[in-house]
Amino acid sequence: MAAGVATWLPFARAAAVGWLPLAKKTMPKPPVDKKSRNDEILFVNVSGLRFQTWKNTLDRYPDTLLGSSEKEFFFNEDTQEYFFDRDPEMFRHILNFYRTGKLHYPRQECIQAFDEELAFYGIVPDIIGDCCMEEYRDRKKENQERLAEDTEAEMATDTPLPPHSTSRERLWRAFENPHTSTMALVFYYVTGFFIAVSVIANVVETVPCRPLKGSKKDLPCGEKYSLAFFCMDTACVLIFTFEYLMRLFAAPSRCKFMRSVMSVIDVVAIMPYYIGLVMPENEDVSGAFVTLRVFRVFRIFKFSRHSQGLRILGYTLKSCASELGFLLFSLTMAIIIFATVMFYAEKGTKGTNFTSIPASFWYTIVTMTTLGYGDMVPNTIAGKIFGSICSLSGVLVIALPVPVIVSNFSRIYHQNQRADKMRAQQKVRLARIRLAKKGTTNAFLQYKEEGGFQFRESDSALCLKNRSSFEHQHHHLLHCLEKTTNHEFTDELTFSEMCMTESVGYRTSRSTSISSQQGVTTSCCPRRAKRRAIRLANSTVSVSRGSVQELDTLQVHKTSAGPQSSRSSLNARTEDLKLNCEDRDFTAAIISIPTPPANTPDESLPPSPAIPGILRNSRSSFTHETVKISSL
Amino acid sequence: MGAVVGTLTMQTRQRQPSRDKIDDELEMTMVCHRPEGLEQLEAQTNFTKQELQVLYRGFKNECPSGVVNEETFKHIYAQFFPHGDASTYAHYLFNAFDTGNNGSIKFEDFVMGLSTLLRGTVRDKLEWTFHLYDINKDGFINKEEMTEIVRAIYDMMGKYTYPALKGDVPKQHVDTFFEKMDKNKDGVVTLEEFVLACQEDENMMKSMQLFENVM
Repeated sequence: MAAGVATWLPFARAAAVGWLPLAKKTMPKPPVDKKSRNDEILFVNVSGLRFQTWKNTLDRYPDTLLGSSEKEFFFNEDTQEYFFDRDPEMFRHILNFYRTGKLHYPRQECIQAFDEELAFYGIVPDIIGDCCMEEYRDRKKENQERLAEDTEAEMATDTPLPPHSTSRERLWRAFENPHTSTMALVFYYVTGFFIAVSVIANVVETVPCRPLKGSKKDLPCGEKYSLAFFCMDTACVLIFTFEYLMRLFAAPSRCKFMRSVMSVIDVVAIMPYYIGLVMPENEDVSGAFVTLRVFRVFRIFKFSRHSQGLRILGYTLKSCASELGFLLFSLTMAIIIFATVMFYAEKGTKGTNFTSIPASFWYTIVTMTTLGYGDMVPNTIAGKIFGSICSLSGVLVIALPVPVIVSNFSRIYHQNQRADKMRAQQKVRLARIRLAKKGTTNAFLQYKEEGGFQFRESDSALCLKNRSSFEHQHHHLLHCLEKTTNHEFTDELTFSEMCMTESVGYRTSRSTSISSQQGVTTSCCPRRAKRRAIRLANSTVSVSRGSVQELDTLQVHKTSAGPQSSRSSLNARTEDLKLNCEDRDFTAAIISIPTPPANTPDESLPPSPAIPGILRNSRSSFTHETVKISSL
Repeated sequence: MGAVVGTLTMQTRQRQPSRDKIDDELEMTMVCHRPEGLEQLEAQTNFTKQELQVLYRGFKNECPSGVVNEETFKHIYAQFFPHGDASTYAHYLFNAFDTGNNGSIKFEDFVMGLSTLLRGTVRDKLEWTFHLYDINKDGFINKEEMTEIVRAIYDMMGKYTYPALKGDVPKQHVDTFFEKMDKNKDGVVTLEEFVLACQEDENMMKSMQLFENVM
């Protein structure tokens, strides 16, 4: 219901008195309105800018934040005002909506910011007044298109392939984005080269060459060097066929691929050759065959895969279909009108070219497009007058839809330029984002290394750098997660190294064949990890992950352990190159000693992909000591 | 070429009526009415100053020109009764408020009507209702007028009612009403008959009190 109607409600209710004499039943009791009816001025403080308004004004729209009891959450008792920590400039428009009942969209504001403010205040954007609705819709659509483009661009080009993509998916990707691999790029350029060669060959073979000895007539080169041209044609067609079959194989949806424009062009480009092969050397049929050769020129359209500009042009023409249609229609109308007029005007003249109305079409077209070949010319005065009107109107009719097409092309072209620029900047942006992410994960790892977990103890707290309470709490949270999953965070470098060495270590451990329970687990090799987990479970050994207990066990093994055979190489590498193996080794060692139960380390990965979780000994300070211990 | 000429002529023809409409609207907004002073209104009606202030602020916000015309009135009423067609009843109601019969309600009319309905005596309210029913303002309510009003009220209900409207319900309603009101059975109801009959109706008297706290 519109706002202002609320003002009239008391009036309508009062007028209900008029129904009383007619009423068959007694009237129901009216709702009791407990709060006082006196209107008061409310103070609304939005980031320091104070607004004042009648309470009734805000009550007009009870399903918004300001009109409902939701605003009580923002009431500040001390200053007796409603405080909102939002944009004061935008609030002006919001408040105007309450006052006038019409929501206006400020043109200089960002559409997303405006939308967010509306969402916060509980106002539906659909009630924007007609004066501003067009602008709002256009900007919103533009913004959405831009966002869709960006996400598309993000996803399309530079995302690394999922690790277990089939060869078919990889092939398709290589075809769609040749920049991804060198092979694809090479293939891309080779096909481009052959398209050019094929087109040039088609062109050159019609050029007249010097005739053979003993003949006077000029021969087109195609017939003189027919074998050479045939070989070249065959080679090109073979490459195109191969490419098409590869694309067909790699396409995720073959039906959709076969219907796409590019695939149709491919087929049309290579069909004439095969038809020519199949067709016999028959004089009657070869006429038709010659016509088929025309289709070879479609090979030039294959360049649109290689050229961005061509694609834009094609897309523009497609999007301007209605304007082009209008142009065609109006031209047709005009041609028919003027052709008729010219025919009847020139009918009397002897030996005239305007033999029929269709014959006059040619004149009309030539005149309207201001070509003016001069092969058909009016002779009568009437004909000349109408001819001049024809040429003048031709200019007008053609000039009308052209600006629309041009503006469309310009918009699409600029969009594309922007998309390319975005993509280039995207790489830099992503790199920066990755760096920032690494920074935060490194912060946590550093925190751990600096003994952050003992911050409860007073002396070690001093050695921690000044960190905000937010960071403390965040790190505590990450630590809780580690404890929950019984995995630890590490960085990418370490993880990849460990993955590599894990395979080595696993093999060597097998060869040394120490206890069967001994094992290396990294979650980068889940299959192997699973096997190990089963083995571990069978042994029903659990490792205590309590900090104090671990310390104890570690210290226990400090003395008893000897040099490790396979692990030492791994351990010696970096201080943080600790595999789960150590814990496993604890496991093995602990078997003999009855230990308090703990939880078996599970192989599950912590959810965040940026921080791959692998089991690792977190106390780097201790790892130094336990490096040499851990072997069993 | 023909298309171009055609579109040109169409445009010129369209421009004419819109220009007239704009002129009309300008005229409307030119006519700005200001009500009498606050004190006078307070004296004439039964509202306090604050109440008048609140009423006027609402009124002025809706109608910056200071007057309500019938179209706006019908539109507003239609919003309150979206189920059916409230235009006929709104028309009668408009006439009841428009005491000056000049086709628009000023703030004074608005406030006077409200004052009668909300703060007036029972007699005042009954008189007002009588004037509402008396469409041609001749001092008598005959069956036709009553039927019109009742039909208008039933129109506001719309099509989908429970129980469904079968037969000529308005007519039956009017007959019942006339049975009750027309004491001397002369086919018309005068103001006195009307007031008397209503005062006899206990339920009605009780219901009258319900609307006092609307403001």
